[in-house]
Amino acid sequence: MLPAVEELKSTLAQQLPGVSLTVEGTALIVPAKDLLAVCRLLKDTDQFRCDYVANLTAVDYLANAASGEAGRLQMIYQLYSMAQKHGPVTLKVNLPRQQPVVASVTPLWRAAEFQEREVYDLYGVNFEGHPDLRRILMWDEFVGHPMRKDYVPEDQNVL
Amino acid sequence: MTPTAPAAESKTLEVNLGPQHPSTHGVFRMVATLDGETIVKLKPVFGYLHRNHEQIGEGITYVASFPFTDRLDYFNAMSNNFGLALAIEKLGGIQASERGEHLRVIMAELTRLVNHTAVTGFLLNDMGAFGTPLLYAFREREKILDLFEAASGSRMMCNYVRPGGVREDVPEEWLQRARQIVDGYPAFLDEFERLLTENEIVQQRTKQVGILPKELAINAGVTGPMLRASGVNYDIRKVDGYSLYPKLQFKVPLGTVGDVYDRYYVRILEMRESIKILQQLLKSVPGGPALSPKGVAISKAPRTFKPPKGDAYGRLEAPKGELGFYLVSDGSPQPYRYHVRAPSFINLTVLEDMCLGHKVADVIIILGSVDIVLGEVDR
Repeated sequence: MLPAVEELKSTLAQQLPGVSLTVEGTALIVPAKDLLAVCRLLKDTDQFRCDYVANLTAVDYLANAASGEAGRLQMIYQLYSMAQKHGPVTLKVNLPRQQPVVASVTPLWRAAEFQEREVYDLYGVNFEGHPDLRRILMWDEFVGHPMRKDYVPEDQNVL
Repeated sequence: MTPTAPAAESKTLEVNLGPQHPSTHGVFRMVATLDGETIVKLKPVFGYLHRNHEQIGEGITYVASFPFTDRLDYFNAMSNNFGLALAIEKLGGIQASERGEHLRVIMAELTRLVNHTAVTGFLLNDMGAFGTPLLYAFREREKILDLFEAASGSRMMCNYVRPGGVREDVPEEWLQRARQIVDGYPAFLDEFERLLTENEIVQQRTKQVGILPKELAINAGVTGPMLRASGVNYDIRKVDGYSLYPKLQFKVPLGTVGDVYDRYYVRILEMRESIKILQQLLKSVPGGPALSPKGVAISKAPRTFKPPKGDAYGRLEAPKGELGFYLVSDGSPQPYRYHVRAPSFINLTVLEDMCLGHKVADVIIILGSVDIVLGEVDR
């Protein structure tokens, strides 16, 4: 069985000194630069053995003028273990809305290959180390990222 | 004078398979590089049916998304509805009524029968057995679609499951008819298997073709019958134990080799297990309302349903694999983020790995054995 998220955080913090993790609900917020280290640990240690990325996606949060919150793109990773039949471990990574870059987890899990391409296509996140980062649902010549909250469809007056 | 043999010239050829081709199961394109007739590279191209389903879902209420989920995997509208209902229930803390829970598990398992029957028929079509096996399959599928129509008013676009249960109750006669059809199904499967399982041509075409190794299947996030055909015992009905499944007796059929034949046979065995599940469920369906009071409130006045801030990931074992819905609520009546984790989209990741070294004709049946629906892949 997986430990509760607070326990998970302290276990990870013990094994990865220098990585600052925070808990948000049932998810762990991981700094973008440490994502690969955390993923590798979750994948390779016997305690976790998270061999399966079930869901990988992003959420776009616009800047909130009222509360003074800056805008961000949040990556979400839901990891399960097929070997030990437990999960999920939810990781979240906050990225700036301008030029978001994060390390690709495709070298660890092939499951991320198409899902990262989808996030690249629809949200414009750049995945460093992805073997084949191209648009996947939109056509190659398309400009813009349609799932962003401030995206304006160009043909909105066409009936 | 002895003629000198001309030096063999080796050239690769790039061939476009699809998007307008019946064997690609919709508008799906594969860019294959061939050396002779052998595949050396294959890149899937899709998105022709892309309508930004997720963006549509973010612009309407939670319940209003149900008719749109019908169009994701249009063979399995019932399990798509079920998946979204599970995610919404998780997000809003809603309990389903007992009768509603029974009815939707019955629908989900009937859907599995529909899907596996149809996909086996299509696979045979891809192999060159034009029409006949497919029509055997469609004859049976139509009986179940009649059941869906009687319950929901539509054969395929059912829009039936709701958070808290199901939209409409079914009368006793419907259950009677369902029992008859389910009890008659093993006879059809026996007939189908007599034609196919031991068939020499089927075996020649499918055994040792498109092998998916166990390690790759796990690493690439492949789910559903495809994963189990590679010998990985992972069925979300068992692992998560959602809904009524912990109370039901059924086995998880596994393959050994992970070739096209195993994928075919695992589906046949899964249908037999589904029949067992259905017989257990149909024995006694509890009375009471089909939709819990909270579910009625949400369905009647969708704008009053404002789940607390937070996120939820609901997943279930759809006929094609893990179908997941990721919802983020900001406290308003509409989801802030609505994401669909589509099983056949992710199962396509390994298409190239399975096809390398095989012939063009094999690519068609390997794709057929993956079981894709473009409504779900492209979203």
